[in-house]
Amino acid sequence: DLDGSHLVFMHSLPQLCKMANLRILVGVKRVIDYAVKIRVKPDSSGVVTDGVKHSMNPFCEIAMEEAVRLKEKKLAKEIIAVSCGPTQAQETIRTALAMGADRGVHVEVTGKEYENMTPLHVSKILAKLATDQEANLIILGKQSIDGDNNQTGQMTAALLDWPQATFASELTKENDHLKVVREIDGGLETIKVTLPAVITADLRLNEPRYATLPNIMKAKKKKIAKHKAADFGVDLASTVKVVSVEDPPVRQAGQKVESTEELVAKLKESGVI
Amino acid sequence: MAALRTVLSRVVSRHTAAILAASSSCRLPVSSSVLLHRCRSTGAPDEDVTLEFFRPETSSVPSLMDIGTRRIFTEDHDIFRTSARRFWAEEVVPHHAKWEKEGQVSREVWLKAGEQGLLGVNTAEELGGIGADLLSAAIGWEEQSYSNCSGPGFALHSDIVMPYIAKYGSPGQQEKYLPDMTAGRKIGAIAMTEPGAGSDLQGVRTNAKKDGEDWILNGSKVFITNGWMADVIIVVAITNTQAKSAAHGISLFLVEEGMPGFKKGRKLEKIGMKAQDTAELFFDDVHLPASALLGQENKGFIYLMQELPQERLIIADMAIASSEFMFEETRNYVKERKAFGKTVSRLQTIQHKLAEMKTDICVGRAFLDQCLELHNQGRLDSNTASMAKFWASDLQNRVATQCLQMHGGWGYMWEYPIAKAFVDSRVQPIYGGSNEITKELIARHIVS
Repeated sequence: DLDGSHLVFMHSLPQLCKMANLRILVGVKRVIDYAVKIRVKPDSSGVVTDGVKHSMNPFCEIAMEEAVRLKEKKLAKEIIAVSCGPTQAQETIRTALAMGADRGVHVEVTGKEYENMTPLHVSKILAKLATDQEANLIILGKQSIDGDNNQTGQMTAALLDWPQATFASELTKENDHLKVVREIDGGLETIKVTLPAVITADLRLNEPRYATLPNIMKAKKKKIAKHKAADFGVDLASTVKVVSVEDPPVRQAGQKVESTEELVAKLKESGVI
Repeated sequence: MAALRTVLSRVVSRHTAAILAASSSCRLPVSSSVLLHRCRSTGAPDEDVTLEFFRPETSSVPSLMDIGTRRIFTEDHDIFRTSARRFWAEEVVPHHAKWEKEGQVSREVWLKAGEQGLLGVNTAEELGGIGADLLSAAIGWEEQSYSNCSGPGFALHSDIVMPYIAKYGSPGQQEKYLPDMTAGRKIGAIAMTEPGAGSDLQGVRTNAKKDGEDWILNGSKVFITNGWMADVIIVVAITNTQAKSAAHGISLFLVEEGMPGFKKGRKLEKIGMKAQDTAELFFDDVHLPASALLGQENKGFIYLMQELPQERLIIADMAIASSEFMFEETRNYVKERKAFGKTVSRLQTIQHKLAEMKTDICVGRAFLDQCLELHNQGRLDSNTASMAKFWASDLQNRVATQCLQMHGGWGYMWEYPIAKAFVDSRVQPIYGGSNEITKELIARHIVS
């Protein structure tokens, strides 16, 4: 019975196309490994990074995992992994490729420019890249464990004038929008964002997969395009100057008191009340 | 550029690298006293230096088990090692104590390993394996040793049993077994040793008599790794009692669980490797179809001789890796344990022993990496493999004894990792060709 079913198939083709229509841009940042004991440089200009173990920012791993899951659900057709940093950032991109990204973009930023790079610089790069690549979903980690800025996602959305859903702990695609459950101070908030949009991943969004050996080998054949920030019209001139970096003060021992009266007396003594 | 980098990173010491870099007008930072600590392969002291990919060896990084070390490996290997390490930590370690009590691991962990692409790593993709290089397989062996979980017989399955089928099997046999073995759905074993013959492989009595096109198998095997759980077993049997020497009358057969007459006796109660399902096997008039013959009739001994070097390399690499694990475990222990008002690590006798052990292990690691590299290129000869096997397993046992001693009374307690590593190490000088036999083989080559 060819005719009837043939027509039905043609009618639903646009709908089918709509299904796998996401092109996802995922930012992956190379940071000092979470298990490393951080040491401040003797000249207080920053922390020691030379010869220190680095790995993908854990929240970026979660972002990457979410993108791969969307692709496995046939909701995404392509995942692009992007990283801004020195040559070593390519390792981070390769890990993303091994997790399931289709291709990578390495925006090479080195030396002093890398040290002075801020979320605003990165957001400008991501925004231009997303436009150039016709991405319609950007997934980032909510923050990186070195800067802890929690700004890049928000800034990127603003630059693109896209809606944003940050601190995502659950993501569902519903027709042409996304339903996102966000982790906020008061609990959980559920919102809808239309596409295109920027999502930032929180801890409980998913548990990232292992990069399996077959995927690591497939990743070798995937391409990483190299660029400079200038290719995106972004000037990396520093807008922020780091004056000094210091260890947090050593925690002082507390005092034990026997009674509320003693507590109040001590608080009065120290001028707190 | 990449090739130059690789060559340079292999032959050039860091000092020389600095001179070379300076002379080609690349600047190194003034503070080139920067130590390469826990480096990933890209631990460049300064972005301007073109010799970026300088992989340190285990002797100069904080831990002998650090990822991103050893020049024989690449960054892609590091990604795989990170995944493998995570697999052992999350899927094996939490269950291992239970499996030790049961005398075997679960079928689930085999399937999980298959899902992660941790089995059949070095078997060609066309045959149903993963198709990665030998160094990737070595990562699997080493990460098992680093996790101190000797139960799962993955290395034997993937890198001893599967190669026989890949190299000497017919297309039908390869198709029947290899994809399932890569997936962990079929578990493999190899049965050479018998109650009356171990080192004296030519003394085997298990035999297969021709019955038309088929065979009738009779005999028994003992100390068979993965024996209890195995679905397919390569059995070494005499097929020509009239041969001029036993070696010329041995064949290999693929025997399957479920074949009538094939019985698994019991899981053997060993003093170590408690979670490994080592078993005895009995063959009582087992009818084998012609398709069960692996390779050519009466060529079995040749195949064994060709494959034993890899088996010995595995034992040697795991010996060094286990030594690295025991060293780090012990170093952590003595830095915490207090006695006489200070930590045990402050005692000079302990410090000197640690220095000696670390040196021995690093020297051993250097030799093993050389062997791994040679074997990866197909150039490892059996004598070198034998040398690595006996030397590394002897070192492992010395390290195990010393490390257990440094743990004091706690080292004697089963709950402590060092205790398990100690008993597990004891079999290494015995199986895979006893150390005495390996010395025989090496000596023959020296004096002939």
